[in-house]
Amino acid sequence: MSSQKISLTINGEAVEAEVEARTLLIHFLREQRNLTGPHIGCETSHCGACTVDLNGKSVKSCTIFAVQADGGELLTVEGLANGAELHPLQEGFYESHGLQCGYCTPGMLTRAYRLLQENPDPSDDEIRIGISGNLCRCTGYQNIVKAVRYAADKINQAEGAD
Amino acid sequence: MTPGVFEYHRPKAVDEVLALLGQLGDDAKVLAGGHSLVPMMKLRLAEPAHLIDINAIDALRGIRQDGAAIIIGAATTQAEVIASDLLVAKCSILPEAAAQIADPQVRNCATVGGNCANGDPGNDDPAIMMALDASYVLRSQGGERQVAARDFYEGVYATVLADNELLTEIRIPTPAAGVGMSYQKIKRKVGDYAIAAAAVTLAMADGRCADAAIALTNVGDTALFSSAAADAIKGTSVDAAAIDAAAQAAMAAAAPAEDLRGTVAYRTAMAGQMTRRAIVQALSRATGS
Ligand SMILES: Cc1cc2nc3c(=O)[nH]c(=O)nc-3n(C[C@H](O)[C@H](O)[C@H](O)COP(=O)(O)OP(=O)(O)OC[C@H]3O[C@@H](n4cnc5c(N)ncnc54)[C@H](O)[C@@H]3O)c2cc1C
Ligand code: FES
Ligand code: FES
Repeated sequence: MSSQKISLTINGEAVEAEVEARTLLIHFLREQRNLTGPHIGCETSHCGACTVDLNGKSVKSCTIFAVQADGGELLTVEGLANGAELHPLQEGFYESHGLQCGYCTPGMLTRAYRLLQENPDPSDDEIRIGISGNLCRCTGYQNIVKAVRYAADKINQAEGAD
Repeated sequence: MTPGVFEYHRPKAVDEVLALLGQLGDDAKVLAGGHSLVPMMKLRLAEPAHLIDINAIDALRGIRQDGAAIIIGAATTQAEVIASDLLVAKCSILPEAAAQIADPQVRNCATVGGNCANGDPGNDDPAIMMALDASYVLRSQGGERQVAARDFYEGVYATVLADNELLTEIRIPTPAAGVGMSYQKIKRKVGDYAIAAAAVTLAMADGRCADAAIALTNVGDTALFSSAAADAIKGTSVDAAAIDAAAQAAMAAAAPAEDLRGTVAYRTAMAGQMTRRAIVQALSRATGS
């Protein structure tokens, strides 16, 4: 009875689905859409592992109901790469050792993706503040900051070359 | 951690919200940013049978100047507060405090109205609204009333908001040019509620403090408005002795619980220290020094 239809765009693809009102967006993505990139870390709105991009904003998908994404445009980490070509951020995390266990990485990538739209040339401090809603228990953050810097430089160079 | 079953409503207009609230009463909860309510629902500390999502109502969003007041729509997010040129120019304490609330993702959802209506003593906006002498506009099908922030809070999660009422906007008397303001918050880490925090507004005239207001966050059952702390600096040159007297008054008003954030003695001392820092910064802003 409390089930309802939603339609939204996920990583560029139009999707229609039936969800219970109480279904959290993260559970919808992982269990109904098989998009297991967004992780469940804390489930208490703190760690950012579940971060996705909804209507051009970074949000924690463990603290939003799937019904609230009705009509929306959603990007998960699965939507970052262009076919076999890694997004500059993914390349940056690879090149700069921006991950160890990788648990936080999908959230870091989607958050950093939006951060670079908001601020294409952030300082190291601005990167740290920008990803302050994403916890990493492994890296100590240094290499994550370097990875985001790498991506910013690569994107800016590519745009400068156009 | 899945919330209990509920029915979801997404009205497009304030009147529809009021009709639903009138009909459903305490079976319904308003869903704003959801970043206090949804965690409570996951823990089944809140199990509303109906959720009324107000995020599709444009009339509840936005920040504008209206005569002598600044109006903030209840569903305006903390991210929008930070980005508001009007607030940065005329009421900088709000964007500065918003930058200390939670983290970027949370601020994209969390609303000012939710922060003010929630009734958690850890919320930062209530003390600031008290210091600014803001009023909350509460609407029900029966009509509209305005309640001063200073009169709104009754206890932990207890406010004068009735089950059939919606907070629609917050009205802040536009601070006069030359009013200095500051919010000082000590917390353990990003995304943590305050160990203690203090909001101060003050105005100087001829070297004396002509007006002041001081309120504290998270050192009592509600945000605390301390007339005694403000009285300690009013009429003085706001010298070291006056600032110390205000800090002592703030510490006397504070009644924090011992928790993970510290002992009663520590949190009380921090209420005094934040009061000192906020006065010093508000003073330097008021005098342009
Ligand atoms: C990781 C994390 C860190 C945080 N850190 C801080 C912090 O440092 N400082 C801080 O102040 N907050 C903090 N918060 C809380 C955040 O600011 C909350 O979102 C805020 O307390 C409530 O706003 P909301 O829009 O999310 O409201 P909701 O969660 O949607 O609602 C909260 C309550 O208010 C009621 N309500 C909401 N809007 C209205 C309205 N217009 N009319 C009537 N009732 C209404 C709801 O029914 C509910 O009972 C944090 C949250 C998280 C998840
Ligand atoms: S799982 Fe959503 S913030 Fe940790
Ligand atoms: S790489 Fe392990 S949590 Fe970040």
